Amino acid sequence: MSVKSTLATRPGLKGFLKRTWPLHVMLLPAVVLQFIFGYMPLSGLVIAFKNFKPYDGIWGSKWAGLEHFRYMFEYPDSKQVILNTALIAGLKILFNIIVPFTFALLLNEVRRNSVKRTVQTLVYLPYFISWVFLGGILSDMLSSDGIINMMLQNWFGLEPIMFLASGNWFRFIVVVSDVWQQFGFGTIVYLAALAGVNPSLYEAAEVDGANRWRQTLSVTIPSLTPIVIVVATLAIGNILNAGFDQIFNLYNPLVYDKGDIIDTFVYRTGILNGQYSFATAVGVFKSLVGFVLIVIGYRLAYKLADYKIF
Amino acid sequence: MYYKTPGYRVFTIFNYILLIMAGLLCLLPIIHILAISFSASAPANAHLVGLLPIDFSIESYSKTLNNPNFLRAFFISIGRTILGTFMTMSVITLAGYSLSKDSTVLKSRNIYAWYFVFTMLFTGGMIPLYMVVRNLHLMDTIWALVLPGAVQVFNMILLMNFFRATPKELEEAALIDGAGHFTVLFRIYLPLAMASIATLSLFSIVGSWNAWFDGLLYINNYRNYPLATFLQTVIVQQDFSKLIADPRELINISTRTVKAAQIFIGMLPVLVVYPFMQRYFVKGIVLGAIKE
Repeated sequence: MSVKSTLATRPGLKGFLKRTWPLHVMLLPAVVLQFIFGYMPLSGLVIAFKNFKPYDGIWGSKWAGLEHFRYMFEYPDSKQVILNTALIAGLKILFNIIVPFTFALLLNEVRRNSVKRTVQTLVYLPYFISWVFLGGILSDMLSSDGIINMMLQNWFGLEPIMFLASGNWFRFIVVVSDVWQQFGFGTIVYLAALAGVNPSLYEAAEVDGANRWRQTLSVTIPSLTPIVIVVATLAIGNILNAGFDQIFNLYNPLVYDKGDIIDTFVYRTGILNGQYSFATAVGVFKSLVGFVLIVIGYRLAYKLADYKIF
Repeated sequence: MYYKTPGYRVFTIFNYILLIMAGLLCLLPIIHILAISFSASAPANAHLVGLLPIDFSIESYSKTLNNPNFLRAFFISIGRTILGTFMTMSVITLAGYSLSKDSTVLKSRNIYAWYFVFTMLFTGGMIPLYMVVRNLHLMDTIWALVLPGAVQVFNMILLMNFFRATPKELEEAALIDGAGHFTVLFRIYLPLAMASIATLSLFSIVGSWNAWFDGLLYINNYRNYPLATFLQTVIVQQDFSKLIADPRELINISTRTVKAAQIFIGMLPVLVVYPFMQRYFVKGIVLGAIKE
């Protein structure tokens, strides 16, 4: 038990402090910062239940009870916003699993390492670039006289498509460009899992006469199923996060009806229009639903794939 | 061997074509914007530029780099990136080390751990955080960009896991020799964790450089905007009103080629840094994503 006697604290408060005070000191900056920027805002949530007027301050403002929440469920705009959020986020989650998974399987068949590494480096690239720049590039390329419409016109004789100015196209672009930005990075997880598949399973399959397609179906995909389940169940918690950065940098008033999501809506109603209480109520609703979904996701991940975070 | 069959060879050819196309799909938009930035204004405005510049010109770059507003924003971004990365890394290294002890050493470890994890689950959201920053009089200062995001709990957990993987015998020997926890952290753990520290630092650098929304929210005076926020206003919102007093200056900021040059300069540091990250991040991410 030498480990315990050197590392463990001596009995009593004095010995405890003597041995561990440096550890508490080390934690102090993080604890203080987290208190200020993590916990203090929680007290601000009370304004969701008040009619907050900046002049009166948080405690001076009048209570409103659940009025803002009721308003949220009755206000047609917010219903549409919640629907948009869930739809866009749901589609993103679905395709952000399917595309990287397929891509990892294909990349895994490449035996030339230089090709493999080059392709990986290229497809990771968009992940590291801010949506400010990607949004700037995409809106230039997708404008009515941008390069995409030029190509469609010159090669296929099509009329210019208003990609970012019509709601359904906007949703389509949001999902596709999100997958484009993310898939290279998402591939990493599956590639790592592929590297961990026991090679003797392939050898056995080959001895049994299975070709590569058969091996993929009977060995590779079943081996990756637990990881796909983990990724999918953990993603449930994100169903109300449809990607603020991306949408904020791509949208415009023409597509608010189909493209507005909870976070952009909170920004516009709260910060720009000064309806602090209403916007906070929407935020509280989002946090609560998000929390419940995260808990459900983790439980499912634990049940189905034996996954734990700690 | 399966890969010598004709069917698999055909597959390989199509596979290579598909993968290379996917790679190009991620690269070509950047080449396109680079080509626009090096073209003369007339062909760029007529949307004639594809992947190669037409009438090569560096005018857009000289306009951009002679624009004092752009340069100021650029240096504010450098400042916030250095300050932010230094703060984040110090805070999460110290805290991650402490949390890597188990509860026989640090009895209150689990209390601390839950204290941090709780904030991953519950946040006040945009507006209450905005009010806290305002009440602390951080608005319009660089601290509003650096402090609110300084404690990255997820990265702290990653570091904690790296520290835990370090053999305990090293620490034990040092403690017997009379070293304190600070010595153990700086002389034993940190040198061994350099790869993960480097990865997380690079992530922090890229994150700080790319951050734009905090600037929009917490900085009222456009003169204090970091570059990403400045460019968000120019390129995405196309709002030049508050950036330029003299309308004659507009030509220096809003033409298509100048916008392309601004986008490219804005992306450049990240384009330079990210290949270095690749060496490390596979390990780091997988450690965070999957635990067996």
